[in-house]
Amino acid sequence: MNGIHDLGGMHGLGPVVPEQDEPVFHEKWEGRAFALFASTFVFAGYTVDEFRHAIEKIPPAHYLESSYYEHWLFAFEEALMKRGFVTREELDARIAQLKSGGP
Amino acid sequence: MPKPHQGPAESDPAIRVRALEAILTEKGLIDPKALDALVDTYESKVGPRNGAKVVARAWVDPAYKQRLLSDATAAIKEFGFSGLQGEDMVVVENTPDVHNLVVCTLCSCYPWPTLGLPPVWYKSAPYRARAVSDPRGVLKEFGTELPETVEVRTWDTTAELRYLVLPERPPGTDDMTEDQLAELVTRDSMIGVTKAKAP
Repeated sequence: MNGIHDLGGMHGLGPVVPEQDEPVFHEKWEGRAFALFASTFVFAGYTVDEFRHAIEKIPPAHYLESSYYEHWLFAFEEALMKRGFVTREELDARIAQLKSGGP
Repeated sequence: MPKPHQGPAESDPAIRVRALEAILTEKGLIDPKALDALVDTYESKVGPRNGAKVVARAWVDPAYKQRLLSDATAAIKEFGFSGLQGEDMVVVENTPDVHNLVVCTLCSCYPWPTLGLPPVWYKSAPYRARAVSDPRGVLKEFGTELPETVEVRTWDTTAELRYLVLPERPPGTDDMTEDQLAELVTRDSMIGVTKAKAP
């Protein structure tokens, strides 16, 4: 698939900015997202190809603006919903519940 | 159960992850303790110290180096480093004439068993864009200046095949032990953006 993820050779993206003593995960949720991927990957039975294809379907502007683990989150949410392990409604309801201070 | 978050500052992805983890846990599909173990493994157990052991062995043991260059997956497995995102490995050797650099232009493929999870810059748009079009410029940003006579080879990793650079053994290290040599092998030198450290 030809898309925004195919960045090789693209101009205008600026210098590479390495971070000194970079932590493995910058925020706690990144570690949870990583572990969720590794866990759901097994029981949901999706492949790396499907996972990457889902990332490649992220709208281009959002792809460039969002962080790496947000890409992952987008991709495994897709894979889990496609297989019915979780529905959009369920997830939205739980997010609303958490935002209002619930468990 | 993850600890309830206090305060209004929790980001959107953080809430989404927490919601998803809660739902999947309640359905019995995942075990939060298994998630804890995975985070701990990649935060503290799997990382570039693994790759450094492989490189140091190759520097002191010519027979091992030969095995590493001819069948990297098997040679790396001799240390017990194998599995997820390291199933098919190729090691490329730096020499006085050739310098190798690894990128994943499409995403973030990286040899987890030997290097751990990739740093943010490796996954960033600028690195993925320019490692293939301006590798010498990228190397300069990492402080690596190579003579024009040195050929630079950029390897674009795929999901199926992961590369590890075998950096040159630094001069003045003849008397060092394998363990001491491993200390000179940095993550960046195994991606190819720098050389190994001087003793």
